[in-house]
Amino acid sequence: MTGIVYSLWLIIIFKKDKVNIMKKLIDCEKGEKVKVLKLATNYDLKQRLISFGIMKDAQLQVLEHAPRKKTIEVKVGKMRIALRAEEAELIEVEEI
Amino acid sequence: MNEETKVCPIIANHIKVALVGQPNVGKSMLINSVSNAHLHVGNFSGVTVDKTEVLFDYKHYHFTVVDLPGTYAFTDYTIEERVTRDYLCAEDYDIIINVVDSTNLEKNLQLTAELFTMSKKMVIALNMSDEADKEGIEINAEYMSELLNVSCVKVSAAQKTGIEALINSVIEVHEKPKVEPKLVFSEPVEEEIQKIVAYLKKHKYEAKNSSRNIAINLLKENRKTYEKLHDDPIWIELQPLLIEASKHIELHHDTDDIKEAFAEEYAAFNRGIVAEVVKVKKQEQEKKTLTEKIDSVLIHPLYGIPIFLFLMWGLFQLTFVLGAVPMEWIDGFFGWFGDAIGATIANEDIRSLVVDGLIAGVGAVVLFTPNIIILFIGIALLESTGYMSRVAFLLDGFFHKFGLHGQSFIPLVTGFGCSIPAYMSARILKNDRDRLLTLFIISFMSCGARLPVYVLFAGAFFSEAIAGNVLFAIYITGAILGLIAAKVLKMTAFKGVDEPFVMEMPKYRLPSFKLVWHTVVSKTLMYLKKAGTFIAGATILIWFLSNYPHNAELEKKYDVKIEQAQTADEKVKLTNEFASKNLEQSYLGRIGAFSEPLFRPLGLDWKMAVALETGLAAKEVIVSTLGVLYALGENVDETTYSLKDAIIKNISFASAVAFIVIIMVYLPCFAASVVFTREAGGIKYFFYLLAFTSITAYVLAFLAYHITLLLGY
Ligand SMILES: Nc1nc2c(ncn2[C@@H]2O[C@H](COP(=O)(O)OP(=O)(O)OP(=O)(O)O)[C@@H](O)[C@H]2O)c(=O)[nH]1
Ligand SMILES: [Mg+2]
Repeated sequence: MTGIVYSLWLIIIFKKDKVNIMKKLIDCEKGEKVKVLKLATNYDLKQRLISFGIMKDAQLQVLEHAPRKKTIEVKVGKMRIALRAEEAELIEVEEI
Repeated sequence: MNEETKVCPIIANHIKVALVGQPNVGKSMLINSVSNAHLHVGNFSGVTVDKTEVLFDYKHYHFTVVDLPGTYAFTDYTIEERVTRDYLCAEDYDIIINVVDSTNLEKNLQLTAELFTMSKKMVIALNMSDEADKEGIEINAEYMSELLNVSCVKVSAAQKTGIEALINSVIEVHEKPKVEPKLVFSEPVEEEIQKIVAYLKKHKYEAKNSSRNIAINLLKENRKTYEKLHDDPIWIELQPLLIEASKHIELHHDTDDIKEAFAEEYAAFNRGIVAEVVKVKKQEQEKKTLTEKIDSVLIHPLYGIPIFLFLMWGLFQLTFVLGAVPMEWIDGFFGWFGDAIGATIANEDIRSLVVDGLIAGVGAVVLFTPNIIILFIGIALLESTGYMSRVAFLLDGFFHKFGLHGQSFIPLVTGFGCSIPAYMSARILKNDRDRLLTLFIISFMSCGARLPVYVLFAGAFFSEAIAGNVLFAIYITGAILGLIAAKVLKMTAFKGVDEPFVMEMPKYRLPSFKLVWHTVVSKTLMYLKKAGTFIAGATILIWFLSNYPHNAELEKKYDVKIEQAQTADEKVKLTNEFASKNLEQSYLGRIGAFSEPLFRPLGLDWKMAVALETGLAAKEVIVSTLGVLYALGENVDETTYSLKDAIIKNISFASAVAFIVIIMVYLPCFAASVVFTREAGGIKYFFYLLAFTSITAYVLAFLAYHITLLLGY
């Protein structure tokens, strides 16, 4: 009995966590829409990303993955931007 | 607007306009539609990499318009962006035309907001209004002008609409005193700005720029403004004020980076403007755009690269198959022309100069015009449709393995046309190491001028059915050798961390026929002009070097021999023998003989060696040299002479392979080497390139020759 309650409780916690779970842009599926939480990059790259409109609170949509997820294409506003996996790794997002 | 309305320069007014905007918004195209200029236009970021001035007259004004490389923000990310920033900060100009893409206003205004604090007169050109109409985007330009206090004019560079209104508006703004654009920040930022402005006013700080702009620039940590104020006595009290202000703003934005905070401020301001002035038809919003549909095929993770390879293969097939038709006519024409002209010239020396020198040499180059045209069309389509950036996207992972940056693809592809613009366009690479590495391997991408040699040899040794494939294989092999070379260089000379890859993917555009036509025609005319001038000159030089000095003794000896010959066959044989003996003792023959020992291990005879040497001046000269040398060595009476036949007769397959390998790899032409040296930033790089390409070419050719022999060809 306690086992069942415990696992139910776990499921609830897990689900609750999943609502605004933080993840990396690279882990997003094709077509997924997310919001940027943080750019954990160095200064130069941050400036570059910002000038492309990738900044805190910006909404992104993952459009396409290149072979073996080496590069991804995301949509910011009306613009499509290609990013390498290493860079997409540094962008923290949450689902919306 | 055009040349007809030219006015006397003394009484006319000059207006110097700087064209500024984000990449790929149509700045260069706008200049083309305003004036008679033909600036390079293409559908990807980083087409323009250097500033260009264009002059034109309108009403009684002299306009100087400066086309600048596109820039996303003033962060000096790449060399070309630095060109723009330096120009805007340091040069003298009257007014800025800020070109923006109407279909993507919000992002474009990010730069506009930064331009507002430069304290220059400004007009905003809402370009691509034709596309905006199609996409159901409606911009209220009057209202926007009012909100920003900057005149905004709807234009379309492609359809040439609104151009006159734009120029009139420029004149109007130029004539009137400067007004400050409206740029509103959030309350905390405004508060801090007010504090600083009050401080500057209190101390009666005077400058060209307004106090408000100075305050904004100080808060944004603009280096130039800092430098200016740093030596002023007011700095002592200003500094703590600024530190306090930054803290306040950063706290408000929950960040530790003031630039990020400002980017968010701008973004919020722009969102506000866009919400006010832009209306989008409802159904258009959610629909998947055409670009996304095409992308789902062309950059598909599985089919993307095969599709690209197929398209390239198709291009080379076309180059060969389609090009062969007019080539036959051109070949026939030059054969006939040579005979016809030759018959009218009595003097044997002059006849030889004209027929074997000029006509054979220039004809050999002109012959390949159809192939060149097809190649240029292919490159023009790649540039203007938007496919270029997609291939960079597809290949980045692959390139990365070899130490190259995905964006290197753009200069490398440009290199298939001509190395010179390719060296220039390497400026789009941010990192100097990446850029140098790319510069070093651009010459591995065979330029258009080498195409004739490949077509000639592929046609000579392979049947028509597979010659196109051979051509494709040559190019691919060149590219792969380039990648391997990149890897080697990356591991030795250009070690270092990898640069991030962040690139905008433009929307697909149907290239206008006129644009492609114009690009192809002007490049083709350039090729022909070069054939008629430089190549013709070089050919004459080669003819002289290969005909002189005359050796009277040799002539006499053979005259006697031929006289005594019994059969006609023997006579022909002796004539040929004389021709080749004569050639060998000429100046060029001696040069060839001198360098022959170096080339013998590669299976090359002295004629091929000389062709390679003359090819250092320009790659087209290789075929014209071969044309002259084999025309002279052959029996001149033979009417159906063709260079292709001469090659089959005189050159073994293995030697041909070695020859092609050298051409694929060795030093680019003289003009390109000069540009390389300039772009790389020093003569020492030229010597590196010389050593690198020569050694690689020699080793690879040696291997190719011996392996081909071993395989039994
Ligand atoms: N439909 C449409 N297309 C346009 C218009 N203006 C430019 N284009 C296209 O937009 C693309 C970019 O044009 P460019 O003039 O090369 O842009 P740019 O701003 O000079 O770009 P960079 O030199 O890279 O900064 C080209 O494919 C043009 O054909 C326009 O008014 N309407
Ligand atoms: Mg341009």
